Amino acid sequence: MVKTMPLIACHECDLLHRARPVPEESIAKCRRCGAVLYRHKRNSLDITLAMAIAGLILFIICNTHPFLALKQEGLIQETTIITGVKELYNQGMHALALLVLITSVVAPLIHLAGMVYVLLPLKLNRMPWKMPATFRFLQTIQQWTLMEVFMLGILVSMVKLSKTATVVPGIALYCFLVLIFVMAGTTASLDPRIIWEKLGHTHE
Amino acid sequence: MNNLSLTAAKAALMNCPRCDLLSKYKHSQPIKHAVCPRCGAAVHLRKPNSINRTWALIIAAAIFYIPANIFPITFVTSLGKVQSDTIISGVIYFINTGMWPIALVIFTASIVVPLLKLLVLSFLLVSIQRKSSWRPGDRTHLFRITEAVGRWSMVDIYALTIVVALLKLGFFATVEAGPAAVYFAAVVVITMLAAKVFDPRLTWDAMESENE
Repeated sequence: MVKTMPLIACHECDLLHRARPVPEESIAKCRRCGAVLYRHKRNSLDITLAMAIAGLILFIICNTHPFLALKQEGLIQETTIITGVKELYNQGMHALALLVLITSVVAPLIHLAGMVYVLLPLKLNRMPWKMPATFRFLQTIQQWTLMEVFMLGILVSMVKLSKTATVVPGIALYCFLVLIFVMAGTTASLDPRIIWEKLGHTHE
Repeated sequence: MNNLSLTAAKAALMNCPRCDLLSKYKHSQPIKHAVCPRCGAAVHLRKPNSINRTWALIIAAAIFYIPANIFPITFVTSLGKVQSDTIISGVIYFINTGMWPIALVIFTASIVVPLLKLLVLSFLLVSIQRKSSWRPGDRTHLFRITEAVGRWSMVDIYALTIVVALLKLGFFATVEAGPAAVYFAAVVVITMLAAKVFDPRLTWDAMESENE
C-alpha cells in the first residue's frame, strides 16, 4: 500500500508523506513540523538557467569594476572585491583573506558557472559529465555564498566612511545589487527534484 | 498501520539529504558506507554523531568568542597616532557619534546573533538529551531561524575588508585589521558548521519513544 505513491520524508522531523503533485505556485509543508517539503515551480529549468547566465555576466562586471571610490582632497582610492582581499592578505591576515575570497568570489562564481554546466546540457536533453557529484557539490557550495551579506557590508562601510571622506559608488555597486536578486532568483526558481529525477531512479 | 505518524526511520528508510530519495536501511550493512543509489550522497538514518559534533563546535565557537571580543578588531592610524577598537568599543563609538543604524547593525550581527546562536543550539541539544517533549514544533522552528540568520554575522568582516582597501596610505588615516577579526570570523564559520551537523530530527525522536 505504502509503495503505490512516491514517499517523501521531512528533513526536519523525518515524518513520511505521500508526494502528491501540488497546484501551481503552492508549497507542500510537513504536517507535523511545518518544514517545506517541496514547492511547485513553473518552468524551473528555463528560468534557473536564464538567471544563472545573467548572473555570470553581472558577476564578471562586478569583479572587474570598482564598486566604491573614496575621494579626499584630490586623492582617489578605488576598490574592487579583490583589492580588499589583497589588502587583508598583505596585512598578514591570510586566513581571513581566504575566507572573504571564497565566500564572496569563488563560491558564487562556481555556483553560477556550475548551474549553467548542469542545466544547459539537461535543457538539450543531455546528461552532463559527473552530474550527480557536480550538483551535490553545488548544493554544498551554495551555503557558503554570502554575497547578500557582502552587500550589507558595503552599505555599512559606506556609512562608516561617509564622515571621513566622500564615498563615490561605482558601476559595480549597481551590478552587485542586481546580482544579489538574480542569485536569489536562481536559488528560488530551481526545483532540485526535477534535476534528480532526470537521473531516472524512482523511489524504491 | 496509520501512515500519519510513521517516520522514515521507523519504516527503516533513510532520507537522502540531497535528493530526497528514500533508500532501505539494512542492519547487515555497516551504516558508515551507505550511499544514495540515485545521487551518490552519504545517507544515514540520522546525521552521524550529531549531538557530540554539535557540542564540540559550540564549545570551540564559545572559546573563540572570548578573544574575538577582547582583542582589537581594527587599528586606525591617524596623524601618527594608533587607535585600536574592539567590536564593543566600535559599537559605542557609533552610538556616541549618533550613527544609530550602524551601531544597531553591528551590535546585532556581531554580538547578539553569535551569542543567541550558541545559546539556542545549546538549549536544543540539552532538550534533546533530556528527551524533552516540550513544544517540538517551536523548537524546530527556532532551529530554522538560527540556521538562516547565522550567515549575517559576517557583515562586519566584509565592511572591514572594504574599509581596509579604501583607507590606505595617502589618506589622513589608514586602517588595519586586528587579531579579533580572525577569531570573530572563526566564530561565525564554526557556528555555521554547528548548525549543519545538528540534526533537528532528534527533537522528534524523543516524541516517538513517548508515543509508544
